[in-house]
Amino acid sequence: MRYLLVEDNQKLAKALCDRFALEGHVVDHVETLADADVSVRTVAYDMILLDIMLPDGDGREFLRGHRGKDDPTPVIVLTARSEVSDRVGLLDLGADDYITKPFDFSELQARVRAVMRRLGGTANNAKTYGDVVFDSTTGEVVVAGVTEQLRNREMRLLEVFFGAPGQIFSKTYLMDRLFSFSDDVSENAIEVYVGRLRRKLEPSQASIETVRGLGYRMVLSS
Amino acid sequence: MKLRNPTGSIRRRLVAQLALIAALLSVAFFFTVRVVAEQAATDTQDNILAASATSIADAVYSESGVVRLELPYSAISMLSTISEDRVFYRVLVDGQTVTGYDDLPLPVARQPGRAVFETYPYRGDDLRSVLVSRALSVGNQARQVEVIVGQTRLGLAAISSKITATAVAIGVVFFIVATALSFLAAQNAMQPLDRLAASVARRGPNDLRPVTAATPAELVPLVGGLNSFMARLRSALTRSEDLIAEAAHRVRTPLATVRTQAEVIHRQMERPQNKKALREMIRAVDESSRSAGQLLDHAMVTFRSDQLETEDINAADLLRDVVDRLGPTAELKDISVHLTLPSGRCVVRGDMILLQNAVRNVLDNAIKYSPADTDIVVQLTNDGACRMAFMDQGRGFGEADLASLTQRFSRGANVDDVVGSGLGLTIADDVARAHGGALEITSNTEGAGACVTLVLPLA
Repeated sequence: MRYLLVEDNQKLAKALCDRFALEGHVVDHVETLADADVSVRTVAYDMILLDIMLPDGDGREFLRGHRGKDDPTPVIVLTARSEVSDRVGLLDLGADDYITKPFDFSELQARVRAVMRRLGGTANNAKTYGDVVFDSTTGEVVVAGVTEQLRNREMRLLEVFFGAPGQIFSKTYLMDRLFSFSDDVSENAIEVYVGRLRRKLEPSQASIETVRGLGYRMVLSS
Repeated sequence: MKLRNPTGSIRRRLVAQLALIAALLSVAFFFTVRVVAEQAATDTQDNILAASATSIADAVYSESGVVRLELPYSAISMLSTISEDRVFYRVLVDGQTVTGYDDLPLPVARQPGRAVFETYPYRGDDLRSVLVSRALSVGNQARQVEVIVGQTRLGLAAISSKITATAVAIGVVFFIVATALSFLAAQNAMQPLDRLAASVARRGPNDLRPVTAATPAELVPLVGGLNSFMARLRSALTRSEDLIAEAAHRVRTPLATVRTQAEVIHRQMERPQNKKALREMIRAVDESSRSAGQLLDHAMVTFRSDQLETEDINAADLLRDVVDRLGPTAELKDISVHLTLPSGRCVVRGDMILLQNAVRNVLDNAIKYSPADTDIVVQLTNDGACRMAFMDQGRGFGEADLASLTQRFSRGANVDDVVGSGLGLTIADDVARAHGGALEITSNTEGAGACVTLVLPLA
């Protein structure tokens, strides 16, 4: 996924870029609406993340102009303003969603995914591993010809394994990916979700293997 | 807000003044008509009296040194044309009564050659009389002929009283018509003022646009004052809202930076105790940002509650919007939000932003306190009021503190491990109250968990 981040606060933008990099996303960062205009014209983005208060104008102006151009690139507004005053109107102006700073990164991802799903997803988001086809946007997995809908945490867990098949992921790493900072969960909680995924992948060649003392990995069993 | 002691009414004063003027004019009219009419009647009688006396005086002649008189009949008959009044006459030659009533008094001041008119009581009635004198030469002597003709004034009095009655009638009618017209005039003069008052009264409490209704010149200073007052109020309100928004911006942006950086570092850390410390830090950031957000929300809700911007809101649409909005948040915990709606429409009158905020706070609470893999049921029912119930399968509130939950910063007794400020339900409660509704908190009747119901009166 390629993102355009329009944010005038450099420290926040830097932190967000780092955070996106961790997930393997490419982020172009601009600080002004003028630069954003240039970037949108030259690069095809999957998603625009737009701050509202910018040095050269109000992000809402950009939204209006953006929607006027018939550009289908979805926009999620990052707002730091009061919950009450501002939110209404953003969606009317053509934002696909908004999120209030500070936000949990996984929530931003969930919103990006929801927007993508609503717009019909990117052309080909489905990945194949063995006889398993997995679409992380819709959360659908095709196991032995049968399509099944994964729940959110199952889907995010499978996404990790699909990102690097064969690689061992530690319990701690998986927990960080799956649970938010406000969830108080024990290490064993991850086993519940691994267990569910295993059952769903049962009929296929792919399986999730426990590597004692290290974690889990997805492998193909012949 | 009504002024309790209005100092008089412009309309009443205007009508009273115009009526007073009409009354004065009526009286003046009455007297004028009376005086002029009486004068005219008197003049007419005088003219006929003078003509009659002159014709009698002319009928006096001398024949071979003797003064003779042939009383002309027309001299008397012309008087009887006026009315049925009695007529008296007296003819004197050199001060000696020749014929007629010799007790008819002679006027005190006599001017030869000029008719002298007098009015005096005579034989029980008022008499109007004229004295005409003329010189008659008898032989070579000049003799003074004087003729007095008098007529009672009964006819005149009748005419006069008729004229008076007519004048009174006309005066009264004039007064009534003038008063009615002055009432209309006052009404008409007050119309721009009434229109202005109506256009100001019609405004909602948030309509602070300048008054543009057509105003007569006299009201321009008043409307100008009103408009400048509203402009000041508007800018004060805008400043408060801007301040709240700006405060939110200032607080949240650095928190967002810290949180995001902390997330990045947390991912890169290996040692469990460092990770744990960082987790605590992130939770503290969440807590403060949430508290700041809700404090500002609460300020905004309090601020807006005083001046609700009401519109008709379809409760089903409102719930659908908020459920859609929080869908991704719920999904992260594999929580399904089920929305059940009634078949009929359920419309409430309220402030969209406040109601959205209240509903979002309640649902957000439900999601936050629900364990993963559970369901939340959002149910809209219409039982004479609009009831939006949010039922979760969370830990509930614990029986003891149900009543205190809507108090500021009060939280359930069992929430130590969840980030929260305790303002969410307070905000929802404030919004419900501002709309004439209530927030009901009960334990979920179907199984574990809590049931929070936002009750709002139907539009």
